[in-house]
Amino acid sequence: MQANKPENFYQNVKDALAQPDLKMIIRRTTDKAEAKRAEAIANFPGFENARKQGQKVKDHTIKYMDHYLAEFEKNALAQGTIIHWASTAEEASKIVLDICRQHEAKKVTRSKSMLGEEIGLSHALDNSGIERVETDLAEHIIQLAGDPPSHIVWPAMHRSREDVIKLFREYHKDPTYSEEIIDLVRSARRDLRTKFLTADIGISGSNFLLADSGSSCTVTNEGNAELTITPPKVHIVTAGIEKLVPSMAHAVPLLRLLTRSATGGEITQYITFHNGPKRQNDADGPEECHIVLVDNGRTKMLADGMEEMLRCIRCGACMNHCVVYKHIGGHAYGSVYPGPMGSVLTPHLNSLEVANKQTHACTLNGRCEEVCPVNIPLPKLLRSLRAQSWDKKYEPLTNRFVVKAFAALAKRPKLFQLVSSCGVIFMRLCSRQGWIKSMPLAGGWTRNRDLIEPESKTFMQQYKAMKKAKSDGA
Amino acid sequence: MSQEIINADVKGAQSNTIKCLNISEKKVGLFVTCLVNTMRPSVGFASLKLLEEAGCTVEVPEQQSCCGQPAFNSGDDEGTRQIAYQTIKQFENFDYVVVPSGSCAAMIKKNFIEVFKDQPEWLARAQHLADITHELLSFLVDVCEFESSGIELEGSYTYHDSCSGYRTLHVYEQPRKMLANVKGLEHNPLNGHSECCGFGGTFCVKYSDISNEIVAEKTENILATEADYLLGGDMGCLMNMAGKLNREGHKEIKALHTAEVLAGLAPQILGDENASK
Repeated sequence: MQANKPENFYQNVKDALAQPDLKMIIRRTTDKAEAKRAEAIANFPGFENARKQGQKVKDHTIKYMDHYLAEFEKNALAQGTIIHWASTAEEASKIVLDICRQHEAKKVTRSKSMLGEEIGLSHALDNSGIERVETDLAEHIIQLAGDPPSHIVWPAMHRSREDVIKLFREYHKDPTYSEEIIDLVRSARRDLRTKFLTADIGISGSNFLLADSGSSCTVTNEGNAELTITPPKVHIVTAGIEKLVPSMAHAVPLLRLLTRSATGGEITQYITFHNGPKRQNDADGPEECHIVLVDNGRTKMLADGMEEMLRCIRCGACMNHCVVYKHIGGHAYGSVYPGPMGSVLTPHLNSLEVANKQTHACTLNGRCEEVCPVNIPLPKLLRSLRAQSWDKKYEPLTNRFVVKAFAALAKRPKLFQLVSSCGVIFMRLCSRQGWIKSMPLAGGWTRNRDLIEPESKTFMQQYKAMKKAKSDGA
Repeated sequence: MSQEIINADVKGAQSNTIKCLNISEKKVGLFVTCLVNTMRPSVGFASLKLLEEAGCTVEVPEQQSCCGQPAFNSGDDEGTRQIAYQTIKQFENFDYVVVPSGSCAAMIKKNFIEVFKDQPEWLARAQHLADITHELLSFLVDVCEFESSGIELEGSYTYHDSCSGYRTLHVYEQPRKMLANVKGLEHNPLNGHSECCGFGGTFCVKYSDISNEIVAEKTENILATEADYLLGGDMGCLMNMAGKLNREGHKEIKALHTAEVLAGLAPQILGDENASK
């Protein structure tokens, strides 16, 4: 499946809505996620407190980003880790490729990382001829299918079990002919196990970077991050600079929030803190460890008043609860990050000019903010992007004209009332049996639903007449 | 209780003393909203009636238009300010401003201040207007302690909680509490009662097809309740859901604004609707 482009959003939406099973497939995952999250939070009385605490930790670290980045670098260097700084996606990707080339790597294993997707690492590795092995089960599925991820936690949620059965039979060396999930997982494990052990380099993302120790924390359910990181000689971490927290104690409330908000679990199977390369007496571990700290628009977000978005811990709750995401799915957004958080991030990672349509694909119903574990005011941020987009005149001319004409009317109440009463007459001319089935200039509404017929006079006309009658009577 | 004591108490601890507030001394400005003005005037008259029954002196400034949401949600801050200037001027001298819509009330209460960040004088005036503005049902229940009685309507209703009213203004108990006093009316709870109906103002015309998918799911849930009436507190959402129900040929359920039912106007409206068919 070819990746969609953000600038083709209208077409992407059309294509998504035309897929008959897509909605059902998405709902299968998001409904379950919603229910499990609700249950996990009901069982965690400290949720609201953790949320406040998590938000505070993030806000504090973001505010003193320069300090904590310097501290992180110092402590990571002391562990023997090599630190790289990348200001753009291309730079980050190039740093990783250069390390791979330096070690003449033929095969690399990767554990799931949205940042890796953001910097285009999959394509960069594929294009350089290095064998890329995705080790997260869902990433493994979409690698076989050639799909981009459609969700930040369940990247293969758009694929059905039938799809997976077909893919595994076609690509696995020793495939299963059973259709049971356990056998399918075993089939993937057989395929991946040898690759884990023969990879030259392991590449991972990071859920948290701890400034006071220089460690990187990964959170998985499959243990694939551990197997990606430990056996190969070289380990590369790519992480956005907003992953920083002061210390392990600060990561704990965020971990509690992350697992519950993402999958409804109290904890994941594996939470590992990686501390640089193998030391003298260690039994195993990488001999060389690199951490690539990526900006890619993040400091600009800080400068642009979008710092609240840097709190995001990538749990996916906002998209699981988004009525728009549930109907169009992740691919339609044309970005690595879909849904509400994606619609705020993409304009910064790409540009507002190409990704402004997504900011309007939201009813501003506030559900995403309600479930966000770190209280990101997503509707407010989306609205402020619309304002930026308006100022830069990215909106289609007709939209601008309609909104401007409306505002020009609404600021002149007398004229507004006059036009309203004319509107009522016009609407009633188009109406049959109490309903309007179609009306000039109202195609956006009447394409899918009827419009109720208005009463014969506006409220204000009726109210004035009533008042006059009263005063005449008196 | 004398007027001075009440006023002194209000300054101290609003939530308790407001219960004793003698509202008849207070002037209420009714912000009708443009959808009610053009599409459903009966909601305006129902609001007027309810507020007067609650003992308020109600005035409807004739120089009113729209709360500015279409401009604000489109990102046109300057247009929003232009609209807000005259709304503030028209309404700031009332004791209370009441709006029969959660989203328009939320616009005035929460969003005006967003566009006046750089204009201190107007920011203060917008903040004052925000402080005195209330959504109709929450005003009647929380501020007036109004209890309806003597209204009858046979049948069952299901309730859609509009997003701004529910999430921004926390309107949830108030309509249910008041509707419980309507004789003969039963509540059939709606599955996904607080999930967006897909209206979203300009969203429903900009992304008509996504909106359609969302409202289709909503109407499915509504029909499953087998209720006679679909009630809510926002004309936009009600028009969206009712319009979809009608397009699908479902005439068995009637959409009404909660105020219409509480003011006892439902039989009259339903009669008129039937007469026009």
